[in-house]
Amino acid sequence: MSSLAVHKAPAAADATGAEHSNRPPRRRLSLVPTITLLLGALYCLLPVAWVVIASTKSGSELFSTFTFLPGSGFTDNLTDLNAYRDGIYWQWMANSALYAGLGALLSTCVSAFSGYALATYRFRGRETMFNVLLAGVLMPPIILAIPQYLLMAQADLTDSYWSVLLPQVLSPYGVYLARIYAAAAVPSDVVEAGRMDGAGEWRIFTRIALPMMIPGMVTVFLFQFVAVWNNFLLPYIMLSDDEKFPITLGLFTLLEQGANTPALYTLVITGAFLAVLPLVALFLVIQRFWSLDLLSGAVKS
Amino acid sequence: MPNTQRRRLFRVAASAVAVTLGATALAACGSSDDDGNGAQSGPVSLTYWTWTPGMDKVVDLWNKGPGKKDQITVTVKKQASGDTLVTKILTAHKAGKAPDLVQAEYQALPTLVSNDALADIAKNVGDVKGKFADGVWQQTTLGTDAVYAVPQDIGPMMFYYREDLFKEYGLTVPTTWEQFAQTARALKKKSPETDLTTFSANDSGLFAGLAQQAGAKWWTTSGDKWQVGINDAATRKVADFWGGLVKEGAVDNQPMYTPAWNKALNTGKQIAWVSAVWAPGTLTTAAPDTKGKWAMAPLPQWSQTDNVTGSWGGSSTAVTTDSENKEAAAKFAAWLNTDGDALNALAKESGIYPASSSAQLSGAFISPPAYFSNQADFYTTAAKIAKTTAPSAWGPNVNVAYTTFKDAFGAAAKDKSDFSAALDKMQADTVADMKKQGFEVSE
Repeated sequence: MSSLAVHKAPAAADATGAEHSNRPPRRRLSLVPTITLLLGALYCLLPVAWVVIASTKSGSELFSTFTFLPGSGFTDNLTDLNAYRDGIYWQWMANSALYAGLGALLSTCVSAFSGYALATYRFRGRETMFNVLLAGVLMPPIILAIPQYLLMAQADLTDSYWSVLLPQVLSPYGVYLARIYAAAAVPSDVVEAGRMDGAGEWRIFTRIALPMMIPGMVTVFLFQFVAVWNNFLLPYIMLSDDEKFPITLGLFTLLEQGANTPALYTLVITGAFLAVLPLVALFLVIQRFWSLDLLSGAVKS
Repeated sequence: MPNTQRRRLFRVAASAVAVTLGATALAACGSSDDDGNGAQSGPVSLTYWTWTPGMDKVVDLWNKGPGKKDQITVTVKKQASGDTLVTKILTAHKAGKAPDLVQAEYQALPTLVSNDALADIAKNVGDVKGKFADGVWQQTTLGTDAVYAVPQDIGPMMFYYREDLFKEYGLTVPTTWEQFAQTARALKKKSPETDLTTFSANDSGLFAGLAQQAGAKWWTTSGDKWQVGINDAATRKVADFWGGLVKEGAVDNQPMYTPAWNKALNTGKQIAWVSAVWAPGTLTTAAPDTKGKWAMAPLPQWSQTDNVTGSWGGSSTAVTTDSENKEAAAKFAAWLNTDGDALNALAKESGIYPASSSAQLSGAFISPPAYFSNQADFYTTAAKIAKTTAPSAWGPNVNVAYTTFKDAFGAAAKDKSDFSAALDKMQADTVADMKKQGFEVSE
């Protein structure tokens, strides 16, 4: 009923305002796509809602009260998590930030360098190299974890921060994306113009090409950050000292403590909830860089 | 022109970056230098992979006490438990980087030994044998003269039931499996909504323990050949018994450890649980509202004259072949699992039930667990039951047998179909995998 009334009101206003008649026709609300998208959103958000609500439940409420009824134990859960082994959770959080932050930054730098080089310069073996990288895109990183461990062991680097950082530095997908992006966003005319004006290659790259590539690089950074943040198998195999564990691994050890002790479900759920927050924050902050995309591509027509 | 030169240089450099960074990331700069492996004399430092919570505090006792005297320092590196840890140890062993000491479940020992990951420490710990029940000790020798680990904790199986509800429904605690079946049926008649218990296929250790109680020997050796008896008469008896109960609906067929299962225990929809000595810990989280209403009794027997139980869970401390200080590591392993102070601390900090017989009635085990405060003799009964543990016979691919169990029995329980066929599949898959791995198997 009320929707009918809303529809009528603008129609009545039409008669008075002339500019209204120039408006494009009201877009019809297409039901099928909307419902599909809503279902998709529900499918993705329901587990998140579960984690959020479950993290507020105390141990005795967790399995006995209605699933989506908030509990009363959130602050207790936080205190317990904070107290667990002198706050090792925050150490894991810091480790994850280091692995994901530094790892994604290094990886983005390498991708930017290599992508720009592959897009701008012509040299022998360029296509071969690119094709090898493309093969790397198809290779799931998981199957490389054990060979990488064996290599790290030869270099005596296992159980160190480097053992997790180094394998993440080269991301074939990042290089691939950077090349495609550099080819599209950095016109060869601009590079030529830079050379005419006597700028060195390094200067052209850092001062001209890189700013144009920023939106693409932000994407690479985000992808890599999320990938490293969620990575499990690589750190699982590489690390044995739990002071160096990232959050994924830390929560796993909380869950798998053997049968002798009560499972720490509430801690794991609260920990998982807190671990999602940095990702959400990162996306909200960095999202604005994506809108630059359209502007920065418009160097020439 | 210097400019072109510089340009070319940069071009080369840039492409080199693309290549070498790729290479370094994968190859991880290959220089390897074997750093000084600690000599046998002088201070020794050992690393220890364990999942036991609070182990760092127990190890502190060693580092400040006997370890300090012998200049042996142990560092705990806490791991997650389960099959994944076995894989991790084997991967590390492949690179020669396994820690000095590892915690390993009994059923994982043959896998680790057949991959040459565990050292024989018979010479270093031989005299601790007397501290353990024969059935427990035998698991660490694999029936040979070697000793591959020192037992830490055990999981003798028991029968847990709601004392108050048994009274309410007029049920008696079953002492044989035949009575167990009758109890289940009697309960169904009195309260169709209530189940005595459930047959769950999501923890293979339970079924393995029940088969062990019935006298099954899943893996044995004769000469150089393995014999796999997963579908032997004893196991078939257990499978058919539970399959029958599930089929007639006398017990539930839903898996354990799910929120629904927790709820069923917490609300009295399921009033018994075939479990092991560690059950109080699980019940504390699963059924917090029923604290003090449960009681523990020995597992039902296959015949009135039997007195035997199976084991579900338990683990040991082993020394790896990669260790440079096997003697020191073995010394620590022996101390950890036989010294009174160490075992007390393990019970207090980690809540383990010790394998060492003398520790089962001392220290933390004088009074019952808080959840069972109503049963004062909980641990005296437990210690008596522990003595009756049947010997177990683990093989080199328990993980494969366990996975097939979960799949085949999970499906059979869900469809209420023939458990016998599921058992045959478990046997066939396990034998096939052993052959694939290159073990000689006699049929």
